Amino acid sequence: MAPPREETVESKSSENLRVLPGDDLSDVFISTRGSKFRLGPGLRQEGETVVACKCGILRKKEPNDVFWIDNHQKRYVPVKGETVLGIVVGKAGDVFKVDIGGSVPATLSYLAFEGATKRNRPNVAIGDVVFGRLLVANRDMEPELVCMDSAGRSGGLGIMSDGGFMFQCSLGLVRKMLSPKCTLVKQLGQVMPVELAAGMNGRIWLRGKTVSSTITAMNAISSAEFMTESEIRLMVHRLQDSVSGMWSGIS
Amino acid sequence: MESSDMNDSGLRTAGSEQNLLSRPDGSATFTQGDTSVMAAVYGPADVRQNKEIIDRATVEVIYKPKSGMPGIREKSKEQLIRNTCETVILTAMHPRSSITIVTQEVQDSGALLACCINASCMALMDAGVPMKCLVAAVTCMLDSEERLVLDPTDKQAKDALCLATFAFDSTNKKVVTSTFQGSCTMQQYQSLLASCQTASQKVFDFYRTSAERRLAKS
Repeated sequence: MAPPREETVESKSSENLRVLPGDDLSDVFISTRGSKFRLGPGLRQEGETVVACKCGILRKKEPNDVFWIDNHQKRYVPVKGETVLGIVVGKAGDVFKVDIGGSVPATLSYLAFEGATKRNRPNVAIGDVVFGRLLVANRDMEPELVCMDSAGRSGGLGIMSDGGFMFQCSLGLVRKMLSPKCTLVKQLGQVMPVELAAGMNGRIWLRGKTVSSTITAMNAISSAEFMTESEIRLMVHRLQDSVSGMWSGIS
Repeated sequence: MESSDMNDSGLRTAGSEQNLLSRPDGSATFTQGDTSVMAAVYGPADVRQNKEIIDRATVEVIYKPKSGMPGIREKSKEQLIRNTCETVILTAMHPRSSITIVTQEVQDSGALLACCINASCMALMDAGVPMKCLVAAVTCMLDSEERLVLDPTDKQAKDALCLATFAFDSTNKKVVTSTFQGSCTMQQYQSLLASCQTASQKVFDFYRTSAERRLAKS
């Protein structure tokens, strides 16, 4: 192994280690030897060793020792159970084709909506934005979306109707926004009420009371990608000042 | 733009910048001295029916010369880059999809093929394409007095007895690709190979420092 990496292993803890494809991470996992651990995205087992296959930061989640690699990827690879925002691109018989940013479009059955029956078809048009959950997602099959949970309720999923605006951002930003540590959405909601749906495929849909508030919220979210928690707080604070100033100027 | 001085190893100064294009899934420029190449990666994306492979991803490489239409020489370069990249990409992870690498020559001042391979590798890293390991290519030559020159410029390469480009993988430092022009003895070939192999470590170190600096920002 190259000498520079051994130094990094010694000088830093196993967490937040920067790894490159092909790095042998066996020495990181020595501490967990004996106990079970799980390998997430970006890590592979090669015989007795664990090897990274992506460039990024090694992350660890405590309760049952889950390891994965966090990176700034733009291309979405569908994962089962994730919620995504898609655009309906076609109808084929009783399924809709939905573009979710993956390598192939996902299918969405017309029966996979709340209250849908064979008689009562949902009103879906080509070009609509849908917020759905991935029911099937593996590398050998076409991904399948549903817009309801196992109990048949929508639970916020479905067609994003009545205006609103969808924009593309990096996958890392959505993950950051949805992580429990991040307070961006909560803080933004105190400044201006917005409806928001964040898809794990790097798409965010939002609707404010006015067009200008929608644009402001979009800019605030997309600028937060490389900000720390305190910087976000400062940014939203400034936003609050300028928004209140703007509105008082109008009235 | 990251850059590092490699004079002690005989290589020209290398520099790179990742994620500089907004449309592709991953992109990078790689410069070695005055030679500069820009690479973009799209994938895993949809694949044309006739190019679909049932159990792995299709790797495509498009090489764009600085001017004019790509000819036979460019097609052979594409093939070399494609075969080099396909060996390190875990194509079985994304069956029935395509990984397209577009390499654009910006400036050719010698060792262009090596620069193309290195730029493609950095772009693949940026795109988050799963890879077995990294790959680094180094060019070297023997001049008219049979002296070994690493990473030659185009002026130096004009009066070369032979010119070789080798690509190595990062885990075992084994040869992935080898191309050769001209003629030399067995011993000379071995010494060319050995010096390229030691120099490739510098390229791998460069990959690591630039990746660490990039990740430190986030």
